[in-house]
Amino acid sequence: MSGTWMTTRAWLLMAPLLAVMIAVIGWPLVDTVALSFTDAKLVGTGGNFVGLENYTKMLSSGNFQRTLVTTAWFAIISVAAEMVLGVLAALLLNQEFRGRTVLRALMILPWALPTVVNATLWRLIYNPEYGALNAALTQIGLLDSYRSWLGEPGSALTALIVADCWKNFPLVALIALAALQAVPREITSASLVDGAGPISRFRFVILPYLAGPLMVALVLRTIEAFKVFDIIWVMTRGGPANSTRTLSILVYQEAFSFQRAGSGASLALIVTLLVTVLAVAYAALVRKTAGSAA
Amino acid sequence: MERKSLAFSVFVHLAALLLAAVILAPLVWLFVMSISPAADLSAKPLRWWPQSADFSRYQLLLSTVANSAGAAFTASLRNSLAVASMATVAAIALAIPAGWAVSRAPALNWSLSLVIATYMLPPVALAVPLYMGLSYLGLLNNVFGLALVYLTILAPFTTWLMKSGFDTIPREIEAAAMIDGASLWQTLRILTLPLAAPVVATSALFAFLLAWDEFFYALLFTSDQRAKTLTVAIADLAGGRVSDYGLIATAGVLAALPPVLIGFLMQRALISGLTSGGVKG
Repeated sequence: MSGTWMTTRAWLLMAPLLAVMIAVIGWPLVDTVALSFTDAKLVGTGGNFVGLENYTKMLSSGNFQRTLVTTAWFAIISVAAEMVLGVLAALLLNQEFRGRTVLRALMILPWALPTVVNATLWRLIYNPEYGALNAALTQIGLLDSYRSWLGEPGSALTALIVADCWKNFPLVALIALAALQAVPREITSASLVDGAGPISRFRFVILPYLAGPLMVALVLRTIEAFKVFDIIWVMTRGGPANSTRTLSILVYQEAFSFQRAGSGASLALIVTLLVTVLAVAYAALVRKTAGSAA
Repeated sequence: MERKSLAFSVFVHLAALLLAAVILAPLVWLFVMSISPAADLSAKPLRWWPQSADFSRYQLLLSTVANSAGAAFTASLRNSLAVASMATVAAIALAIPAGWAVSRAPALNWSLSLVIATYMLPPVALAVPLYMGLSYLGLLNNVFGLALVYLTILAPFTTWLMKSGFDTIPREIEAAAMIDGASLWQTLRILTLPLAAPVVATSALFAFLLAWDEFFYALLFTSDQRAKTLTVAIADLAGGRVSDYGLIATAGVLAALPPVLIGFLMQRALISGLTSGGVKG
Protein backbone atom coordinates (compact mmCIF):
# COMPACT_ATOMS: atom_id res chain seq x y z
CA MET A 1 0.00 0.00 0.00
CA SER A 2 1.40 3.36 -0.93
CA GLY A 3 2.12 5.66 1.97
CA THR A 4 0.27 8.90 1.17
CA TRP A 5 -2.86 7.12 -0.06
CA MET A 6 -2.92 5.15 3.15
CA THR A 7 -2.36 8.22 5.27
CA THR A 8 -5.18 10.12 3.57
CA ARG A 9 -7.57 7.21 4.13
CA ALA A 10 -6.41 6.93 7.71
CA TRP A 11 -7.11 10.61 8.38
CA LEU A 12 -10.60 10.19 6.93
CA LEU A 13 -11.27 7.29 9.30
CA MET A 14 -9.86 9.27 12.20
CA ALA A 15 -11.90 12.37 11.37
CA PRO A 16 -15.16 11.49 13.18
CA LEU A 17 -13.31 10.83 16.44
CA LEU A 18 -11.28 14.02 16.12
CA ALA A 19 -14.39 16.06 15.31
CA VAL A 20 -16.21 14.78 18.40
CA MET A 21 -13.11 15.25 20.59
CA ILE A 22 -12.77 18.85 19.41
CA ALA A 23 -16.45 19.47 20.16
CA VAL A 24 -16.58 17.92 23.64
CA ILE A 25 -12.98 18.42 24.87
CA GLY A 26 -11.08 20.90 22.70
CA TRP A 27 -13.66 23.65 22.58
CA PRO A 28 -14.64 23.41 26.28
CA LEU A 29 -10.98 23.54 27.27
CA VAL A 30 -10.32 26.65 25.16
CA ASP A 31 -13.49 28.20 26.56
CA THR A 32 -12.37 27.42 30.12
CA VAL A 33 -9.12 29.28 29.40
CA ALA A 34 -11.07 32.24 28.02
CA LEU A 35 -13.47 32.23 30.99
CA SER A 36 -10.61 32.14 33.47
CA PHE A 37 -9.65 35.71 32.51
CA THR A 38 -13.15 37.04 33.15
CA ASP A 39 -15.47 37.59 36.08
CA ALA A 40 -18.26 35.64 34.33
CA LYS A 41 -21.06 34.09 36.35
CA LEU A 42 -22.40 30.61 35.64
CA VAL A 43 -25.66 32.02 34.28
CA GLY A 44 -26.22 35.33 32.54
CA THR A 45 -24.00 37.31 30.21
CA GLY A 46 -20.32 36.96 29.40
CA GLY A 47 -18.57 38.92 32.15
CA ASN A 48 -15.70 41.37 31.88
CA PHE A 49 -12.06 40.77 31.15
CA VAL A 50 -10.10 40.92 34.40
CA GLY A 51 -6.69 39.68 33.27
CA LEU A 52 -4.83 37.47 35.71
CA GLU A 53 -6.84 38.62 38.70
CA ASN A 54 -8.62 35.24 39.17
CA TYR A 55 -5.30 33.43 39.17
CA THR A 56 -3.53 35.71 41.61
CA LYS A 57 -6.53 35.73 43.91
CA MET A 58 -6.85 31.96 43.86
CA LEU A 59 -3.14 31.20 44.28
CA SER A 60 -2.80 33.54 47.23
CA SER A 61 -5.98 32.43 49.00
CA GLY A 62 -5.59 30.38 52.16
CA ASN A 63 -8.47 28.17 50.99
CA PHE A 64 -6.54 27.08 47.92
CA GLN A 65 -3.35 26.40 49.84
CA ARG A 66 -5.11 24.38 52.52
CA THR A 67 -6.99 22.43 49.86
CA LEU A 68 -3.79 21.73 47.96
CA VAL A 69 -2.21 20.28 51.11
CA THR A 70 -5.32 18.14 51.78
CA THR A 71 -5.30 16.85 48.19
CA ALA A 72 -1.59 16.04 48.24
CA TRP A 73 -1.98 14.27 51.58
CA PHE A 74 -4.93 12.23 50.32
CA ALA A 75 -3.08 11.31 47.10
CA ILE A 76 0.26 10.43 48.69
CA ILE A 77 -1.09 8.38 51.59
CA SER A 78 -3.79 6.52 49.69
CA VAL A 79 -1.60 5.71 46.68
CA ALA A 80 1.36 4.65 48.88
CA ALA A 81 -0.91 2.39 50.94
CA GLU A 82 -2.49 0.93 47.80
CA MET A 83 0.93 0.16 46.34
CA VAL A 84 2.23 -1.55 49.49
CA LEU A 85 -0.97 -3.51 50.15
CA GLY A 86 -1.29 -4.37 46.46
CA VAL A 87 2.23 -5.79 46.21
CA LEU A 88 1.84 -7.74 49.46
CA ALA A 89 -1.46 -9.21 48.25
CA ALA A 90 0.13 -10.08 44.90
CA LEU A 91 3.08 -11.85 46.57
CA LEU A 92 0.54 -13.82 48.60
CA LEU A 93 -1.60 -14.68 45.56
CA ASN A 94 1.55 -15.85 43.78
CA GLN A 95 2.00 -18.58 46.41
CA GLU A 96 0.29 -21.94 46.12
CA PHE A 97 -2.60 -22.54 48.49
CA ARG A 98 -6.10 -23.97 48.35
CA GLY A 99 -8.68 -21.52 47.08
CA ARG A 100 -6.16 -19.32 45.29
CA THR A 101 -8.26 -19.07 42.12
CA VAL A 102 -11.34 -18.11 44.13
CA LEU A 103 -9.46 -15.47 46.09
CA ARG A 104 -8.03 -14.02 42.89
CA ALA A 105 -11.52 -13.82 41.42
CA LEU A 106 -12.75 -12.06 44.59
CA MET A 107 -10.18 -9.31 44.03
CA ILE A 108 -12.30 -8.17 41.07
CA LEU A 109 -15.19 -7.27 43.39
CA PRO A 110 -13.96 -4.00 44.94
CA TRP A 111 -12.72 -2.90 41.53
CA ALA A 112 -16.09 -3.57 39.90
CA LEU A 113 -18.12 -1.93 42.69
CA PRO A 114 -19.19 1.53 41.47
CA THR A 115 -17.28 4.32 43.27
CA VAL A 116 -20.50 5.88 44.52
CA VAL A 117 -21.70 2.56 45.93
CA ASN A 118 -18.34 2.09 47.65
CA ALA A 119 -18.60 5.56 49.16
CA THR A 120 -22.17 4.90 50.32
CA LEU A 121 -21.18 1.55 51.81
CA TRP A 122 -18.36 3.07 53.87
CA ARG A 123 -20.53 5.98 54.88
CA LEU A 124 -22.92 3.43 56.37
CA ILE A 125 -20.05 1.55 58.02
CA TYR A 126 -18.76 4.79 59.61
CA ASN A 127 -22.24 5.92 60.70
CA PRO A 128 -21.90 7.52 64.18
CA GLU A 129 -25.01 5.88 65.66
CA TYR A 130 -25.65 2.64 63.83
CA GLY A 131 -22.43 2.03 61.91
CA ALA A 132 -20.73 -1.36 61.83
CA LEU A 133 -17.30 0.06 62.71
CA ASN A 134 -18.46 1.54 66.01
CA ALA A 135 -20.42 -1.61 66.82
CA ALA A 136 -17.53 -3.94 66.00
CA LEU A 137 -14.90 -1.89 67.88
CA THR A 138 -17.07 -1.54 71.01
CA GLN A 139 -18.09 -5.20 71.00
CA ILE A 140 -14.47 -6.37 70.96
CA GLY A 141 -13.57 -3.75 73.55
CA LEU A 142 -11.31 -1.47 71.50
CA LEU A 143 -13.62 1.53 71.80
CA ASP A 144 -15.41 2.87 74.88
CA SER A 145 -17.98 5.09 73.22
CA TYR A 146 -19.23 5.56 69.66
CA ARG A 147 -17.31 8.01 67.51
CA SER A 148 -18.36 10.10 64.54
CA TRP A 149 -15.61 8.98 62.17
CA LEU A 150 -16.66 11.22 59.31
CA GLY A 151 -17.88 14.01 61.57
CA GLU A 152 -14.59 14.84 63.28
CA PRO A 153 -11.93 16.79 61.37
CA GLY A 154 -9.26 14.64 62.98
CA SER A 155 -10.45 11.33 61.55
CA ALA A 156 -12.54 12.13 58.45
CA LEU A 157 -9.69 12.23 55.94
CA THR A 158 -8.15 9.01 57.27
CA ALA A 159 -11.56 7.32 57.10
CA LEU A 160 -11.85 8.42 53.47
CA ILE A 161 -8.39 7.13 52.66
CA VAL A 162 -9.26 3.71 54.12
CA ALA A 163 -12.40 3.53 51.97
CA ASP A 164 -10.46 4.57 48.86
CA CYS A 165 -7.69 2.06 49.53
CA TRP A 166 -10.11 -0.80 50.02
CA LYS A 167 -11.54 -0.19 46.56
CA ASN A 168 -8.25 0.36 44.75
CA PHE A 169 -5.56 -1.86 46.26
CA PRO A 170 -7.00 -5.02 44.63
CA LEU A 171 -6.42 -3.49 41.19
CA VAL A 172 -2.77 -2.83 42.05
CA ALA A 173 -2.59 -6.40 43.34
CA LEU A 174 -3.89 -7.80 40.05
CA ILE A 175 -1.41 -5.72 38.04
CA ALA A 176 1.47 -6.81 40.30
CA LEU A 177 0.33 -10.42 40.19
CA ALA A 178 0.31 -10.43 36.39
CA ALA A 179 3.88 -9.07 36.47
CA LEU A 180 4.98 -11.63 39.08
CA GLN A 181 3.73 -14.47 36.92
CA ALA A 182 6.04 -13.25 34.16
CA VAL A 183 9.10 -13.87 36.38
CA PRO A 184 10.74 -17.03 34.97
CA ARG A 185 10.82 -19.92 37.42
CA GLU A 186 14.47 -20.67 36.59
CA ILE A 187 15.56 -17.27 37.82
CA THR A 188 13.95 -17.59 41.25
CA SER A 189 15.28 -21.12 41.71
CA ALA A 190 18.74 -20.04 40.58
CA SER A 191 18.75 -17.25 43.17
CA LEU A 192 17.78 -19.83 45.82
CA VAL A 193 20.70 -22.00 44.84
CA ASP A 194 22.92 -18.95 45.10
CA GLY A 195 21.68 -18.56 48.67
CA ALA A 196 19.64 -15.37 48.31
CA GLY A 197 17.40 -14.66 51.31
CA PRO A 198 13.75 -13.71 50.82
CA ILE A 199 14.42 -9.95 51.08
CA SER A 200 17.35 -9.78 48.72
CA ARG A 201 15.47 -12.14 46.40
CA PHE A 202 12.54 -9.69 46.34
CA ARG A 203 14.79 -6.68 45.93
CA PHE A 204 17.13 -7.96 43.22
CA VAL A 205 15.27 -10.78 41.45
CA ILE A 206 11.57 -9.99 41.60
CA LEU A 207 11.36 -6.21 41.88
CA PRO A 208 12.93 -5.52 38.46
CA TYR A 209 10.05 -7.43 36.88
CA LEU A 210 7.52 -5.49 38.96
CA ALA A 211 8.98 -2.03 38.48
CA GLY A 212 7.57 -1.24 35.03
CA PRO A 213 3.96 -2.30 35.56
CA LEU A 214 3.94 -0.84 39.09
CA MET A 215 5.18 2.52 37.82
CA VAL A 216 2.29 2.63 35.35
CA ALA A 217 -0.16 1.77 38.12
CA LEU A 218 1.45 4.43 40.32
CA VAL A 219 1.09 7.11 37.64
CA LEU A 220 -2.53 6.29 36.87
CA ARG A 221 -3.53 6.01 40.54
CA THR A 222 -1.77 9.26 41.48
CA ILE A 223 -3.49 11.21 38.71
CA GLU A 224 -6.84 9.74 39.74
CA ALA A 225 -6.23 10.47 43.42
CA PHE A 226 -5.28 14.06 42.59
CA LYS A 227 -8.55 14.53 40.71
CA VAL A 228 -10.63 12.78 43.39
CA PHE A 229 -14.22 13.99 43.67
CA ASP A 230 -16.87 11.22 43.83
CA ILE A 231 -15.92 9.39 47.01
CA ILE A 232 -15.43 12.64 48.93
CA TRP A 233 -18.61 14.25 47.68
CA VAL A 234 -20.71 11.25 48.70
CA MET A 235 -19.03 10.68 52.07
CA THR A 236 -18.34 14.16 53.45
CA ARG A 237 -18.88 16.84 50.76
CA GLY A 238 -15.49 18.20 51.82
CA GLY A 239 -16.43 18.60 55.49
CA PRO A 240 -16.27 18.64 58.45
CA ALA A 241 -14.74 22.13 58.69
CA ASN A 242 -13.35 21.64 55.15
CA SER A 243 -10.97 19.00 56.47
CA THR A 244 -11.59 16.70 53.48
CA ARG A 245 -11.99 19.38 50.81
CA THR A 246 -9.85 18.47 47.79
CA LEU A 247 -9.12 20.59 44.73
CA SER A 248 -11.95 19.14 42.62
CA ILE A 249 -14.43 19.82 45.43
CA LEU A 250 -13.13 23.39 45.71
CA VAL A 251 -13.58 23.96 41.97
CA TYR A 252 -17.10 22.54 42.16
CA GLN A 253 -17.99 24.88 45.01
CA GLU A 254 -16.47 27.92 43.32
CA ALA A 255 -17.98 27.34 39.86
CA PHE A 256 -21.30 25.68 40.68
CA SER A 257 -22.24 26.35 44.32
CA PHE A 258 -21.15 30.00 44.21
CA GLN A 259 -21.73 30.19 40.43
CA ARG A 260 -18.44 32.07 39.89
CA ALA A 261 -17.61 30.55 36.50
CA GLY A 262 -14.59 32.80 35.90
CA SER A 263 -12.63 32.10 39.07
CA GLY A 264 -13.82 28.50 39.02
CA ALA A 265 -12.30 28.13 35.56
CA SER A 266 -8.98 29.61 36.66
CA LEU A 267 -8.90 27.19 39.59
CA ALA A 268 -9.73 24.25 37.31
CA LEU A 269 -6.82 25.20 35.04
CA ILE A 270 -4.44 25.44 37.98
CA VAL A 271 -5.49 21.89 38.92
CA THR A 272 -5.02 20.77 35.31
CA LEU A 273 -1.55 22.26 35.26
CA LEU A 274 -0.62 20.51 38.52
CA VAL A 275 -1.84 17.16 37.18
CA THR A 276 0.07 17.70 33.93
CA VAL A 277 3.31 18.51 35.76
CA LEU A 278 2.82 15.36 37.87
CA ALA A 279 2.17 13.24 34.79
CA VAL A 280 5.18 14.59 32.88
CA ALA A 281 7.48 14.05 35.86
CA TYR A 282 6.15 10.55 36.26
CA ALA A 283 6.46 9.77 32.55
CA ALA A 284 10.16 10.62 32.76
CA LEU A 285 10.45 8.35 35.80
CA VAL A 286 8.62 5.52 34.00
CA ARG A 287 10.99 5.78 31.05
CA LYS A 288 13.95 5.65 33.41
CA THR A 289 12.57 2.64 35.29
CA ALA A 290 11.75 0.83 32.05
CA GLY A 291 15.28 1.55 30.83
CA SER A 292 17.01 0.23 33.94
CA ALA A 293 14.73 -2.82 34.25
CA ALA A 294 15.32 -3.93 30.66
CA MET B 1 9.63 -26.14 43.12
CA GLU B 2 11.41 -25.39 46.33
CA ARG B 3 10.11 -27.23 49.39
CA LYS B 4 8.20 -24.96 51.75
CA SER B 5 8.17 -25.44 55.51
CA LEU B 6 4.96 -26.19 57.37
CA ALA B 7 5.16 -22.87 59.21
CA PHE B 8 5.35 -21.01 55.91
CA SER B 9 2.35 -22.89 54.57
CA VAL B 10 0.32 -22.08 57.69
CA PHE B 11 1.32 -18.44 57.38
CA VAL B 12 0.25 -18.32 53.72
CA HIS B 13 -3.14 -19.83 54.50
CA LEU B 14 -3.76 -17.46 57.40
CA ALA B 15 -2.78 -14.48 55.27
CA ALA B 16 -5.11 -15.68 52.51
CA LEU B 17 -7.97 -15.94 55.00
CA LEU B 18 -7.24 -12.43 56.23
CA LEU B 19 -7.21 -11.05 52.68
CA ALA B 20 -10.47 -12.83 51.86
CA ALA B 21 -12.04 -11.37 55.02
CA VAL B 22 -10.86 -7.85 54.20
CA ILE B 23 -12.32 -8.08 50.69
CA LEU B 24 -15.57 -9.78 51.62
CA ALA B 25 -16.57 -8.30 54.97
CA PRO B 26 -17.74 -4.88 53.66
CA LEU B 27 -19.56 -6.49 50.71
CA VAL B 28 -21.29 -9.13 52.80
CA TRP B 29 -22.30 -6.43 55.27
CA LEU B 30 -23.83 -4.37 52.45
CA PHE B 31 -25.97 -7.36 51.49
CA VAL B 32 -26.84 -8.21 55.11
CA MET B 33 -27.97 -4.61 55.67
CA SER B 34 -30.19 -4.85 52.61
CA ILE B 35 -32.09 -7.88 54.00
CA SER B 36 -32.09 -7.02 57.73
CA PRO B 37 -35.29 -5.70 59.32
CA ALA B 38 -34.86 -2.00 60.15
CA ALA B 39 -35.07 -2.76 63.88
CA ASP B 40 -32.02 -5.05 63.66
CA LEU B 41 -29.94 -2.31 62.02
CA SER B 42 -30.65 0.21 64.76
CA ALA B 43 -30.32 -2.29 67.61
CA LYS B 44 -27.62 -1.78 70.24
CA PRO B 45 -25.61 -3.93 70.35
CA LEU B 46 -25.88 -4.21 66.60
CA ARG B 47 -27.38 -7.44 65.30
CA TRP B 48 -24.91 -8.79 62.74
CA TRP B 49 -27.16 -11.44 61.28
CA PRO B 50 -30.90 -10.92 60.69
CA GLN B 51 -33.31 -13.25 62.47
CA SER B 52 -35.32 -13.43 59.31
CA ALA B 53 -34.34 -12.32 55.82
CA ASP B 54 -36.43 -9.45 54.59
CA PHE B 55 -36.38 -8.90 50.84
CA SER B 56 -39.19 -6.37 50.81
CA ARG B 57 -36.83 -3.48 50.06
CA TYR B 58 -35.88 -5.04 46.74
CA GLN B 59 -39.55 -5.28 45.91
CA LEU B 60 -40.05 -1.68 46.98
CA LEU B 61 -37.17 -0.29 44.91
CA LEU B 62 -38.05 -2.27 41.81
CA SER B 63 -41.74 -1.40 41.86
CA THR B 64 -42.95 1.19 39.42
CA VAL B 65 -45.90 2.58 41.37
CA ALA B 66 -46.11 6.32 40.60
CA ASN B 67 -44.50 8.69 43.15
CA SER B 68 -43.00 5.86 45.21
CA ALA B 69 -39.34 5.41 46.13
CA GLY B 70 -39.42 2.64 43.54
CA ALA B 71 -40.52 4.94 40.73
CA ALA B 72 -37.55 7.26 41.31
CA PHE B 73 -35.16 4.34 41.55
CA THR B 74 -36.36 2.50 38.45
CA ALA B 75 -36.31 5.76 36.51
CA SER B 76 -32.66 6.26 37.44
CA LEU B 77 -31.94 2.63 36.55
CA ARG B 78 -33.48 3.21 33.12
CA ASN B 79 -31.53 6.44 32.67
CA SER B 80 -28.26 4.79 33.61
CA LEU B 81 -28.93 1.96 31.14
CA ALA B 82 -29.87 4.40 28.39
CA VAL B 83 -26.95 6.78 28.91
CA ALA B 84 -24.35 4.03 29.31
CA SER B 85 -25.62 2.10 26.26
CA MET B 86 -25.82 5.14 23.98
CA ALA B 87 -22.41 6.43 25.04
CA THR B 88 -20.87 2.96 24.61
CA VAL B 89 -22.30 2.45 21.11
CA ALA B 90 -21.19 5.92 20.03
CA ALA B 91 -17.71 5.50 21.51
CA ILE B 92 -17.22 2.14 19.79
CA ALA B 93 -18.50 3.54 16.48
CA LEU B 94 -15.86 6.27 16.70
CA ALA B 95 -13.13 3.99 18.05
CA ILE B 96 -13.24 1.23 15.43
CA PRO B 97 -12.28 3.36 12.39
CA ALA B 98 -9.96 5.60 14.42
CA GLY B 99 -8.26 2.69 16.18
CA TRP B 100 -7.71 0.90 12.89
CA ALA B 101 -6.39 4.03 11.19
CA VAL B 102 -3.84 4.70 13.93
CA SER B 103 -2.79 1.07 14.03
CA ARG B 104 -2.14 0.96 10.26
CA ALA B 105 -0.78 4.48 9.71
CA PRO B 106 1.93 5.26 12.28
CA ALA B 107 1.99 8.83 10.97
CA LEU B 108 -1.21 9.36 12.96
CA ASN B 109 0.23 8.21 16.26
CA TRP B 110 0.63 11.71 17.64
CA SER B 111 -3.08 12.39 17.22
CA LEU B 112 -3.89 9.34 19.35
CA SER B 113 -1.38 10.47 21.97
CA LEU B 114 -3.15 13.81 22.04
CA VAL B 115 -6.52 12.12 22.49
CA ILE B 116 -5.16 9.89 25.27
CA ALA B 117 -3.50 12.84 27.02
CA THR B 118 -7.01 14.15 27.69
CA TYR B 119 -7.18 11.45 30.35
CA MET B 120 -5.16 13.77 32.54
CA LEU B 121 -7.71 16.56 32.30
CA PRO B 122 -9.78 16.78 35.45
CA PRO B 123 -13.47 16.87 34.48
CA VAL B 124 -13.74 20.19 36.32
CA ALA B 125 -11.59 21.74 33.56
CA LEU B 126 -14.39 21.09 31.04
CA ALA B 127 -17.43 21.29 33.28
CA VAL B 128 -18.30 24.99 33.06
CA PRO B 129 -18.30 25.32 29.23
CA LEU B 130 -20.02 21.93 28.90
CA TYR B 131 -22.71 23.14 31.30
CA MET B 132 -23.17 26.35 29.34
CA GLY B 133 -23.12 24.48 26.01
CA LEU B 134 -25.68 21.89 27.09
CA SER B 135 -27.83 24.64 28.52
CA TYR B 136 -27.64 26.54 25.20
CA LEU B 137 -28.61 23.40 23.24
CA GLY B 138 -31.43 22.58 25.67
CA LEU B 139 -29.67 19.32 26.59
CA LEU B 140 -29.31 19.84 30.33
CA ASN B 141 -31.15 17.17 32.32
CA ASN B 142 -31.31 15.05 29.18
CA VAL B 143 -30.02 11.51 28.62
CA PHE B 144 -28.74 12.37 25.13
CA GLY B 145 -26.79 15.35 26.43
CA LEU B 146 -25.25 13.28 29.21
CA ALA B 147 -24.32 10.46 26.80
CA LEU B 148 -22.62 13.05 24.56
CA VAL B 149 -20.60 14.36 27.49
CA TYR B 150 -19.61 10.80 28.45
CA LEU B 151 -17.79 10.53 25.11
CA THR B 152 -15.10 12.76 26.68
CA ILE B 153 -14.24 9.79 28.91
CA LEU B 154 -15.22 6.79 26.78
CA ALA B 155 -13.94 7.67 23.31
CA PRO B 156 -10.21 8.10 24.08
CA PHE B 157 -10.25 4.96 26.18
CA THR B 158 -11.99 2.73 23.61
CA THR B 159 -9.83 4.07 20.77
CA TRP B 160 -6.70 3.14 22.66
CA LEU B 161 -8.06 -0.37 23.37
CA MET B 162 -9.13 -0.85 19.75
CA LYS B 163 -5.77 0.32 18.48
CA SER B 164 -3.98 -2.21 20.70
CA GLY B 165 -6.38 -4.87 19.40
CA PHE B 166 -5.79 -4.06 15.72
CA ASP B 167 -2.04 -4.08 16.37
CA THR B 168 -2.28 -7.82 17.06
CA ILE B 169 -3.96 -8.54 13.69
CA PRO B 170 -1.22 -8.85 11.04
CA ARG B 171 -1.63 -6.30 8.29
CA GLU B 172 -0.32 -8.85 5.76
CA ILE B 173 -3.74 -10.58 5.89
CA GLU B 174 -5.37 -7.31 4.83
CA ALA B 175 -2.79 -6.72 2.12
CA ALA B 176 -3.38 -10.22 0.74
CA ALA B 177 -7.13 -9.65 0.56
CA MET B 178 -6.64 -6.36 -1.24
CA ILE B 179 -4.28 -7.93 -3.76
CA ASP B 180 -7.07 -10.43 -4.43
CA GLY B 181 -9.21 -7.47 -5.42
CA ALA B 182 -11.17 -6.69 -2.25
CA SER B 183 -11.79 -3.01 -1.58
CA LEU B 184 -10.63 -1.47 1.70
CA TRP B 185 -14.22 -1.41 2.96
CA GLN B 186 -14.77 -5.09 2.07
CA THR B 187 -11.48 -6.09 3.68
CA LEU B 188 -12.37 -4.35 6.92
CA ARG B 189 -15.92 -5.66 7.02
CA ILE B 190 -15.28 -9.27 6.02
CA LEU B 191 -11.80 -9.85 7.39
CA THR B 192 -10.54 -7.42 10.01
CA LEU B 193 -13.69 -6.68 12.01
CA PRO B 194 -14.60 -10.33 12.68
CA LEU B 195 -11.03 -10.94 13.81
CA ALA B 196 -11.27 -7.92 16.10
CA ALA B 197 -14.67 -8.93 17.52
CA PRO B 198 -13.30 -9.99 20.94
CA VAL B 199 -11.52 -6.64 21.32
CA VAL B 200 -14.68 -4.80 20.34
CA ALA B 201 -16.61 -6.73 22.99
CA THR B 202 -14.01 -6.06 25.70
CA SER B 203 -13.81 -2.37 24.83
CA ALA B 204 -17.60 -2.09 24.89
CA LEU B 205 -17.82 -3.74 28.32
CA PHE B 206 -15.10 -1.49 29.73
CA ALA B 207 -16.81 1.57 28.26
CA PHE B 208 -20.16 0.50 29.71
CA LEU B 209 -18.57 0.09 33.16
CA LEU B 210 -16.98 3.54 32.96
CA ALA B 211 -20.29 5.15 32.00
CA TRP B 212 -22.24 3.22 34.66
CA ASP B 213 -19.74 4.40 37.29
CA GLU B 214 -19.69 8.07 36.27
CA PHE B 215 -20.90 10.53 38.89
CA PHE B 216 -19.45 14.03 38.48
CA TYR B 217 -21.04 15.02 35.16
CA ALA B 218 -24.30 13.29 36.06
CA LEU B 219 -24.44 15.27 39.32
CA LEU B 220 -23.92 18.55 37.45
CA PHE B 221 -26.01 18.02 34.35
CA THR B 222 -29.09 16.17 35.59
CA SER B 223 -31.72 17.34 38.03
CA ASP B 224 -34.75 15.06 38.05
CA GLN B 225 -36.19 11.68 37.06
CA ARG B 226 -35.98 12.49 33.37
CA ALA B 227 -32.18 12.08 33.35
CA LYS B 228 -30.82 11.41 36.85
CA THR B 229 -28.63 8.33 36.78
CA LEU B 230 -28.24 5.60 39.36
CA THR B 231 -25.06 7.05 40.88
CA VAL B 232 -26.78 10.38 41.53
CA ALA B 233 -29.89 8.65 42.87
CA ILE B 234 -27.76 6.66 45.33
CA ALA B 235 -25.81 9.71 46.43
CA ASP B 236 -29.17 11.45 47.01
CA LEU B 237 -30.33 8.52 49.14
CA ALA B 238 -27.06 8.41 51.10
CA GLY B 239 -27.06 12.15 51.74
CA GLY B 240 -30.80 12.51 52.27
CA ARG B 241 -33.03 11.95 55.24
CA VAL B 242 -33.72 8.28 54.61
CA SER B 243 -34.03 6.71 58.05
CA ASP B 244 -33.89 3.11 56.82
CA TYR B 245 -30.24 2.41 56.11
CA GLY B 246 -31.24 -0.96 54.69
CA LEU B 247 -32.93 0.83 51.80
CA ILE B 248 -29.70 2.66 50.93
CA ALA B 249 -27.83 -0.65 51.08
CA THR B 250 -30.41 -2.28 48.80
CA ALA B 251 -29.99 0.46 46.21
CA GLY B 252 -26.23 -0.09 46.43
CA VAL B 253 -26.54 -3.84 45.89
CA LEU B 254 -28.78 -3.33 42.86
CA ALA B 255 -26.44 -0.73 41.33
CA ALA B 256 -23.43 -2.96 41.93
CA LEU B 257 -24.91 -6.12 40.40
CA PRO B 258 -24.40 -5.35 36.68
CA PRO B 259 -20.75 -4.22 36.97
CA VAL B 260 -19.89 -7.06 39.35
CA LEU B 261 -21.35 -9.61 36.93
CA ILE B 262 -19.48 -7.99 34.03
CA GLY B 263 -16.32 -7.94 36.16
CA PHE B 264 -16.51 -11.68 36.76
CA LEU B 265 -17.28 -12.37 33.10
CA MET B 266 -14.30 -10.41 31.86
CA GLN B 267 -11.81 -11.45 34.50
CA ARG B 268 -9.43 -12.82 31.93
CA ALA B 269 -9.75 -9.86 29.56
CA LEU B 270 -9.31 -7.48 32.47
CA ILE B 271 -6.10 -9.10 33.63
CA SER B 272 -4.59 -9.36 30.14
CA GLY B 273 -5.60 -5.73 29.55
CA LEU B 274 -3.79 -4.74 32.73
CA THR B 275 -0.68 -6.62 31.72
CA SER B 276 -0.53 -5.23 28.20
CA GLY B 277 -1.09 -1.75 29.63
CA GLY B 278 1.80 -2.42 31.98
CA VAL B 279 4.11 -3.63 29.24
CA LYS B 280 3.26 -0.77 26.92
CA GLY B 281 3.87 1.86 29.60
